[in-house]
Amino acid sequence: MNLSNGKGDRIFGVVVVLVAVAYGVAALQFKQGFIVDPVGPKTFPLIVAGVSVVCGLMLIVKPDPDPEFPPLRTVGTLLMAMLTLVAYAYAIKPLGFLIPTAIAAAILSYQIDPRAKFAVAAGLGLSGGLYVLFKFVLGLGLLGVPKGWF
Amino acid sequence: MDILSNLALGFSIALTPWTLMLAIIGCFIGTIVGALPGLGPSNGVALLIPITFSMGLDATAALVLLTSVYYGAMYGGRISSILLNIPGDEPAMMTTLDGYPMAKQGRAGDALVISGVASFVGALFATIMLALVAPILARVAYLFGPAEYFALYLLAFSTLGGIASKNQAKAALASAIGLGIAMIGIDNNNVTRFTGGNLHLNDGIDFLVAIVGLFAVSEVFVFIESHGRGSALGVKLDKVTVPWREIWSTRWTMLRSSILGFIAGVLPGAGASLGSFLTYMMEKSIGGSKAGFGTGVAKGVAAPEAGNNAAAGGALVPMLTLGVPGSGTTAVLLAVLMTLNITPGPTLFANRPEVVWGLIASLLIANFVLLFMNVPLVKIFVKVLTVPPALLLPGVMMVSFVGIYSLTGSYYDMLLMIAFGVMGWIFRKLDIPTVPIILGILLGNAMENSLRQAMTLSAGDASFLFSSGISIGLWVAAVTGFVAPLFLRRIIKKPTVPEMEVPDHAKPID
Repeated sequence: MNLSNGKGDRIFGVVVVLVAVAYGVAALQFKQGFIVDPVGPKTFPLIVAGVSVVCGLMLIVKPDPDPEFPPLRTVGTLLMAMLTLVAYAYAIKPLGFLIPTAIAAAILSYQIDPRAKFAVAAGLGLSGGLYVLFKFVLGLGLLGVPKGWF
Repeated sequence: MDILSNLALGFSIALTPWTLMLAIIGCFIGTIVGALPGLGPSNGVALLIPITFSMGLDATAALVLLTSVYYGAMYGGRISSILLNIPGDEPAMMTTLDGYPMAKQGRAGDALVISGVASFVGALFATIMLALVAPILARVAYLFGPAEYFALYLLAFSTLGGIASKNQAKAALASAIGLGIAMIGIDNNNVTRFTGGNLHLNDGIDFLVAIVGLFAVSEVFVFIESHGRGSALGVKLDKVTVPWREIWSTRWTMLRSSILGFIAGVLPGAGASLGSFLTYMMEKSIGGSKAGFGTGVAKGVAAPEAGNNAAAGGALVPMLTLGVPGSGTTAVLLAVLMTLNITPGPTLFANRPEVVWGLIASLLIANFVLLFMNVPLVKIFVKVLTVPPALLLPGVMMVSFVGIYSLTGSYYDMLLMIAFGVMGWIFRKLDIPTVPIILGILLGNAMENSLRQAMTLSAGDASFLFSSGISIGLWVAAVTGFVAPLFLRRIIKKPTVPEMEVPDHAKPID
């Protein structure tokens, strides 16, 4: 068995099996609800866990050839994009729509095409343009800037 | 005539200025979404759902808007296929085969017009058939009990996974993951499952969050990885004239392809991509080697476009009558219905005729609007192709966030959406289909409940699941649908689609 090709599928298969077993074990703890039915709350999740374990094992035994994994630098960029979005999710409520959107959009734009001036313009344009669109054209209840600024 | 009075009811709704305006806006947005590589019908519609609901549109209005986007995207997909050799969405893949050679010969305008008319013929045929077939199928659905529904859901998973994916294990796994996610939350018997004590999860995971994450957010990650490669700028299209004679010469091609495409669309799991593939292959074998398919002939753009638009209409049939979507985009449309608290199926036709017939009438109107937009006004949409990805994709991301944020108002759902986006990116790397995951999240609870009801009816006797002719037929079809592609794949090789010229991000889910 050639272990070097198909690493991606094999690792994923192992993860699937572990998660599915944990899922099944969790399902075994469920107690019947108020109305007792023959299937109960655990049968269907157990079937799902069983199917997943079989599929996970299939991936380990017979993986597809590996896709082209991105180089480490690209993985870094993607992590950066993800963190930007997480920060954005936390910021949009307290800081309003305009400022976080401009920053997040500019970062993403720069990551797709590293042209700084364009990215800044894209960030500002998207932030302002989408705000007008959502707030005034579509009538969504968005807060533009933090409360108490104006 | 029953159907005429129903259609009259439909048109009385569809022709109100408000509904008409929504249909036109939907067609416009849809064509743009379809034309842009990287945004296809499913992620385009997914992106718009939360915003539509935040605007507080009623059921008919929301459905008209979003299905117009769906139809529009099916029309628009051909534009970048022809001009850039990059399919705007997966069903438009086959259109590149003859469309791009035509454009290289300086006949881009002709190719756009012919394929636009073919799209119109296919979509119009499918919409008329939808009006004729759907009420009949809805009546058949009255015969379905919980055991039959359980088998039907199984059929949907097995064919969607079996036909659409290259690896059965991965397709089945994707379905199981979706079903597993659907179990999270409080079940209908008041048992809390898989929440880990997190109150946010008691209501389960909102399928809209999953859909937007898997379809739209992951797309942005794919673009960041590829740095927007493969999206060309500076497309030129000179003048657009209507080649009447050439259109007339493809009339039988369009008609045949519409019929075959519609059938492919109605079958669960097949969807528009298969429709365009089958119709192209059919016309190619009818025409023989003399017809010159692949070198830029009119029939080569007419067949796949009539086929995929007919399939798009056909895919609405099982979605509306049985609540079982046949493709990624109809799965997204099912999410629309579920959010609107509309249960698809026979009761929808009986109790909410204004929704069904208003929708069908709107689609008929939308087709004429789309023909107008996609033939005389096609130049506007060609301009859209010059929008750089570095502006477009951040825009998509921000729209996803605003949609989910204004719908749920919670940072937790936005974090979940990012998680689904990352998951979608990893799964696309590993070639695990994401559509079955969505289908699993959407249908998981209904599937479990039908199993529980069936077993309650039979007092726990599992043979009840196979006790009627319909359910046995569905089980056989489900097993065949899952196993047959294993053998067929060896016999039928995929056509030689220009693999190298299709970047990853131009292959969104059908």
